[in-house]
Amino acid sequence: MVEALIINGLLFGGMYSLLAIGFSLVFGVAKILNLAHTAFYMIAAFLAYIATMILGLPLLLSAILAIIVTSILAMVCYKLCFDRIKEHETAVIIVSVAIGILIQEVLLLIFSGHFRRIPPFVSGFMEIVGIRVAYQNIFAIAASILTLSGVWFLLTKTKFGIALRAVAQDREIANLSGINVSQICMITMGISGILAGIAAVIIGSIFLVSPLMWLTPLIIVLAAVVLGGLGSLKGSVFAAFILGFAEATVTCLIPGGSFLKGAISLSVMVGVLLIRPEGLFGVVFEEERL
Amino acid sequence: MTYYILRIYREFLNEIVAIPGRLIAFVFIIFLFLFPLIMMESFIIRIFILSAIFAIYAASWDILAGFTGQVNLGHALCFGVAAYTAGLLNLRVGLPPWATIPAGAIVAVIMGLIAGIPALRLRGFYLSLVTLSFPIILSGLIFLFPDFTGGELGIYGIDTLSGSRILDYYILVLAMLCSVFVMYKFTDVQSKIIRVGVILHAIREDEITARACGIDTSKYKMLAFAISGFFAGIAGGFYAHFLRIAGPSTLELMVSFQAILWTIFGGIATIYGAVAGVYILYPLIEMISLNKVGEQIRFILFALILILVLLFMPEGLIVWIRDKIEQICPRCKIVNVTLRRYCRACRAPLHLERKK
Repeated sequence: MVEALIINGLLFGGMYSLLAIGFSLVFGVAKILNLAHTAFYMIAAFLAYIATMILGLPLLLSAILAIIVTSILAMVCYKLCFDRIKEHETAVIIVSVAIGILIQEVLLLIFSGHFRRIPPFVSGFMEIVGIRVAYQNIFAIAASILTLSGVWFLLTKTKFGIALRAVAQDREIANLSGINVSQICMITMGISGILAGIAAVIIGSIFLVSPLMWLTPLIIVLAAVVLGGLGSLKGSVFAAFILGFAEATVTCLIPGGSFLKGAISLSVMVGVLLIRPEGLFGVVFEEERL
Repeated sequence: MTYYILRIYREFLNEIVAIPGRLIAFVFIIFLFLFPLIMMESFIIRIFILSAIFAIYAASWDILAGFTGQVNLGHALCFGVAAYTAGLLNLRVGLPPWATIPAGAIVAVIMGLIAGIPALRLRGFYLSLVTLSFPIILSGLIFLFPDFTGGELGIYGIDTLSGSRILDYYILVLAMLCSVFVMYKFTDVQSKIIRVGVILHAIREDEITARACGIDTSKYKMLAFAISGFFAGIAGGFYAHFLRIAGPSTLELMVSFQAILWTIFGGIATIYGAVAGVYILYPLIEMISLNKVGEQIRFILFALILILVLLFMPEGLIVWIRDKIEQICPRCKIVNVTLRRYCRACRAPLHLERKK
């Protein structure tokens, strides 16, 4: 029981932290609250599905293709929609939800509401202290941790990462120092698309793929990002793992708990915003990031 | 006697016919009242009844988001709660519609105030996120207690409003006109008696300055949440009694977003914009979804319209038209038809030509 909780918690936490970190990056750098973020995750899952099941490409190739196409789509979305209205925060929120609904409806139109599945990277399972753990789950956990450290490396050790953080800290000064802010924002959007794509590809064989799969992660990602402090990357990773474990516990222990998944995360979010609006990690409101 | 008739006629000419916006509104109201005489088809009447309900609902969102600047992404909370309250009171207690709808509205006010408490501390993104989450939390609870709330199916078999569809139509048109008139007057910026409209505008533009001017911004924000919740509740109650069902679909994200679409399409921060947006878009989308292909693409169309309007016409269609046909006199601030060359009251030239 406890072991299952730990494995599931790590799995959910890894996936949510991949999504949350992309969301948080875009919010921190480009100041866009992109509610369509998990819709990109859904697109990547469907692209991987098309490539493997319909076109019959090998899994690794189709995964890479799906990630790249998702990232390009995210950048196109930024150029076409967000770039014009990024000064008006309400308009940005509304447009992003509209994009999410648009993607959902287009996918519903093409694929209808059936549940589908992507083949796993590695099959089989092993027994750890008496419970069965699929290799795919271990692979997913390892891959998400690897990706997270990759993002950390990109942000702290490379020149591009430093430019990106400079934009997040102060737009005008970054612009004055010769950083092309608009381009950085677009690339950030692309990176968040890549992260969403990775999450989709490694998780798509564990969860089912359907045109409504973006809503539940969206709620949890929002809660995680707020819990960790909006714009703080470290905070969102920690909060994503906390919520992942909370979700695993609730679905395991309470009967009918799967209805409450979203409600619990959102209550956590509302509570955090009311009691401690700066989030877990004490990031000063809208000032410091990472 | 003739004097009074003449006088009313004069006032009518000066206050309604001379101002194109009001003339259009007047013609529209006459059209609404005569509509069932021209078109007896019950499907179309049904669309117009729903338009009237949604007009109240969209206008109530406009008070909160347009005037006060508290962008509420979960306005379906008030709508759905009122629909459920009206339905439950009607089915379990047996109250008639004229009692359940106000009761639902009062519960919606309470919910609006609960949603409004975070508004005192949060703004911008954060407020939108919190309000977005309330309907989702509530629908989770509804699924958790299916015995009381009916679960996925909702509660059905609620009493109808009056029994006949034509009577329903007139009740709703009257209710819509009254609510919209009250909301319009309540937020009227030029009013000398009710200052709420100006104050709400001030809060939206700059809350800190408004507070520095001695306005109790918390009080007025709560007032906006309460009024908006009340009218959304009225709309929700009518919705439950008209469709005879109150289900979890009244709490969906789409319900919240439809209000936003209609209001932004018509013109934000003008009550009439929201009403016009509903009366243009709702029948249009319903007509499109009559055939098979249209039904599948209705939400795609919906999202596309929303994105395009926000990108290219952020002030809204009705405001755009109004600015084309009305011209405010630069001297005496009276509204004139753009076609006039001189102001109808003070003869000041309306269009200042550039000297060559």
